Amino acid sequence: MAYLFNTVEDVREMLAAIGAASVDSLFDCIPREYRYSGALEIPPAMSEIELTRHMEQLASRNQGVSRNVCFLGGGAYDHFIPAVVDHLAGRGEFYTSYTPYQPEVSQGNLQVMFEYETLICELTGMDVSNASLYDGASATIEAVLLAMASKPKCTKVLVPDNLHPEYRQVLATYLQWTAYELVVVSCPDGAIPLDNWIQQIDESVGCVVLSQPNFFGIVEDLAPVAAVAKDAGAVVVAVCDMISLGILASPASWHADIVVGEGQVLGNPLQYGGPYLGIMACRESFVRRMPGRIAGQTEDKHGHRCWVLTLQTREQHIRRDKATSNICTNQGLFALRAAIYLALQGPVGLRETAEHCAWKIQYLQQQIVQNERFELRFAGSNWREFVVRDLDNDVSTLLKYCRERQILAGLALETWYPDMRDCILIAATEKRTRAELDQLVELLNAAPRQKEVSHA
Amino acid sequence: MRNVQATQLMFELSRPGRRANMLPECDVPTNSLGDLYPASTLRATAPELPELSEGDVVRHFTNLSTLNMSVDTHFYPLGSCTMKYNPKRNERLAGLPGIVDLHPLQPDESVQGMLQLLYELQGYFAEISGLPAVSLQPAAGAHGELTALMAAAAYLRDRRESRINVLCPDSAHGTNPASAKMVGFNTITIRSRADGSVDMDDLRSKVDEQTAVFMITNPSTLGLFEKQIRAIADLVHSAGGLIYLDGANMNAIMGIARPGDFGADMMHYNPHKTFSGPHGGGGPGAGPICVQDFLEPYLPVPRVEKRNGRFVLESDYPKSIGRVRSFQGNIGVLVRAYCYIRAYGATGIREVSENAVLNANYLLARIKPLLPVPNGDRCMHEFVASAAALKKEKGITAMDLAKRLLDFGFHAPTVYFPLTVPEALMIEPTETESKETMDAFVRAVETILGEDAAAVQAAPLSTQISRPDEVRAARKPVMRWQASQ
Amino acid sequence: MNPEDLKYNVSHEWVGLIEENGEQVAVVGITDFAVEQLTDLVYMALPAVGTRVKAGQEFGEVESVKAVSALYSPVDGEVIASHEELVDNLETLGSDPFGQGWIIKVRLENVTSLDGLMDRAAYLQQCADA
Repeated sequence: MAYLFNTVEDVREMLAAIGAASVDSLFDCIPREYRYSGALEIPPAMSEIELTRHMEQLASRNQGVSRNVCFLGGGAYDHFIPAVVDHLAGRGEFYTSYTPYQPEVSQGNLQVMFEYETLICELTGMDVSNASLYDGASATIEAVLLAMASKPKCTKVLVPDNLHPEYRQVLATYLQWTAYELVVVSCPDGAIPLDNWIQQIDESVGCVVLSQPNFFGIVEDLAPVAAVAKDAGAVVVAVCDMISLGILASPASWHADIVVGEGQVLGNPLQYGGPYLGIMACRESFVRRMPGRIAGQTEDKHGHRCWVLTLQTREQHIRRDKATSNICTNQGLFALRAAIYLALQGPVGLRETAEHCAWKIQYLQQQIVQNERFELRFAGSNWREFVVRDLDNDVSTLLKYCRERQILAGLALETWYPDMRDCILIAATEKRTRAELDQLVELLNAAPRQKEVSHA
Repeated sequence: MRNVQATQLMFELSRPGRRANMLPECDVPTNSLGDLYPASTLRATAPELPELSEGDVVRHFTNLSTLNMSVDTHFYPLGSCTMKYNPKRNERLAGLPGIVDLHPLQPDESVQGMLQLLYELQGYFAEISGLPAVSLQPAAGAHGELTALMAAAAYLRDRRESRINVLCPDSAHGTNPASAKMVGFNTITIRSRADGSVDMDDLRSKVDEQTAVFMITNPSTLGLFEKQIRAIADLVHSAGGLIYLDGANMNAIMGIARPGDFGADMMHYNPHKTFSGPHGGGGPGAGPICVQDFLEPYLPVPRVEKRNGRFVLESDYPKSIGRVRSFQGNIGVLVRAYCYIRAYGATGIREVSENAVLNANYLLARIKPLLPVPNGDRCMHEFVASAAALKKEKGITAMDLAKRLLDFGFHAPTVYFPLTVPEALMIEPTETESKETMDAFVRAVETILGEDAAAVQAAPLSTQISRPDEVRAARKPVMRWQASQ
Repeated sequence: MNPEDLKYNVSHEWVGLIEENGEQVAVVGITDFAVEQLTDLVYMALPAVGTRVKAGQEFGEVESVKAVSALYSPVDGEVIASHEELVDNLETLGSDPFGQGWIIKVRLENVTSLDGLMDRAAYLQQCADA
């Protein structure tokens, strides 16, 4: 069968060594009444050729971004992935190894973790990074729990509603089992309204969560927003896009204490939502309670520099029910991809990629609003994505029309913001060409309008 | 032959002005950033990323990779981690256009093939577990535990039951009590008997009207099937509690016994173990959960459903605990699990477990004359040997033995877990190893036991580094590179 | 302090009474036996000055590379000094456990909380039995 080794002769010899009459008798330890005697309802085995054909058929019924033009964002982005990333991460020595429990035979993985941690510290301005968590949303809740644990007298977690809606949903899911209250500040103009924000801040707020850029793609001046929270004693958690940090100020410079983010953008494929890469970095004062694995530098018995997992007493396998988090595995392979990606980009490449995203969006915004059907929903400086309002209020027809022409035009915001049912979130990465941007504009302009449909 | 440059950090290899190149000239107007964004939001100085050519990057990471042991290169009998062969076809198929390049927020109509795959996979997971309702969303085994405990808590809340205790055996993975704590439960430890089974007297004395969930790993971390499982389930159920099964060791019982049939109300899988998703140097995993019908309304959203012949992502479940992560799940890992299950089929899946158990028992039979295995002559998919006598007689610890095995080209077993066995060496060969490989491993153990203690304590000798100073690393932690170093 | 004059917890903390600024103060540390058992300490978490401690309850933690052990207060009272320099000089715990290795000083709520503790002989007997 598919990947097994044992021949009939092997089985005979092995049973003899064991002293067992049959393979079935090895399961005598399972009481008869629990033994499953039926046939599992799983289709018969497929050879490699059959399986390949089957998977290609399933794949052909999906509109992937390599054969369609993608303007979808909302927390996952169609950035370019250099061939070197796939090539190196495809080495069996990386992807078929495991957690470096034996540092002597894991120096490759440990050094990569250490390099990854350093890269994330450089981008965020934080003192320490862990070796990754599951994804951006779970990293955010882990940061909130870490922050609140440091403020035992506080009960409130304050977030603006321009934080990714799914991240807010995850916060709500986890916090319902704690004594903490999630307080959401409405942002009717896209950015955080400073006056309302200040009114919500008091000494019961243990942490605030701020995203840069925010869910609508707006780059906000968050320093004053963070400062009032900090002055009131709250921990500032920043949710940042790592590519934007090629041009945007580091969150450390606007008072963040813990920085998290979705690392999918750093060389990781979209793959329908995961696995992605949860980034978490913090100031040194939080490190003793930070969740996730950390690689640290040390020396071996000969005095050679080397790397080990360190500060392990933070983790569940030692601290059990007193651990900050239950997290065990990380996203090692995707942290590796991020490290390779950032090594290829360097400071100049990352800046240029971020600039391209800025310029593409700037151009697209200007072109779309040429048609009086569309307007920008929010004022502000956008990066990589923005919200368009369809004054015809016919978002679903518009998106369907584009999709049928191999353009994934954007996200209908009604899913998360019921009062934004006439709005689309459109993203453009460095991959989008001027021709593709123009094509999107042409399709948006050519899409049938309700008035015309009713005339027809 | 070893490239010594490989151990330099990428930051030390950096030279100003070097770079790899991927971007074209920008084909839209290029405004000054200062005109586009408030000055306060822009970076004053560039982040200090390394400056490397593409060739630098390739050689650096390729050389680093050679410093790892891996399943592709070595026998990796790391107990409880199920380090089985990772099929190469799965890597290719999970990377197909139309699979790897789907945006998570695409409309359902544009991902019917993917949703069909996920829907079918839910069915396979339900079938193998004997538990009908499935959520694919959790990102790892520990995340699955947490999600299932939240569903249980929501169920209890719905019934206005204020049960606050989660019970775990002392041999449980640390994730069990840590997950329980995050859902606001108290954890109570249940003693194991010397043979690794649950101490029923201790359990009886601790199960009461406050018992919410009993979490059990079966087969256990000692590689033994808990024969009392039905009695345990009856006891917990009659007190109104639920049974959670940690499915870490499902590789032993697929198609042979189903958790839903022996009393479990909920469980998680570790597809990166059982269904061959590669371990990736520490992840990603995935942690799909299966539950009984009465817990279904509480599963996280979204879920994959079939409606009128179309597949949809559905979030409209008013009793759901909510969302536990962004998007749908660790789809890449799940696609590999799907390919794995389809490659084996129903009878093949059962043969996986048969061969895993056969291999483990064979290795047990060969190791036992060399090292005591305190918990019996038979095991499921793994077993725990003890170096306690060896330590007493020769001063060789489980760790020394583990380190010396590295010199023989074998990854070490899991050492010092479970905590209930002194000087534990937890050995799991998996079904994808040959008899010859296991025989070679046994010969290595035999050779090591004949060596002087001093030689073993000095191991490993053949690796690039030996016995790093973990105390120093933890006392004065250096967790990032800095230019001044 | 002279180990013979101290009182001991089952969990290996010692406590001694001293006069400081005209009031009676309890000094708390951990024994040489405990330090040896814990091996290679790497970190210590101490309570802030002003924290209330109760006999039998946790007031801090010591960590080795792969273990965490709670520190249990032998007395009731308020922490008036926390030996922060110790955190960076953990070897002092081994070299001078009953002197420079002191961990916290406590203003006692009542002296009777010392009554249940062991004397040196009883404590040594406990260690021998372990």
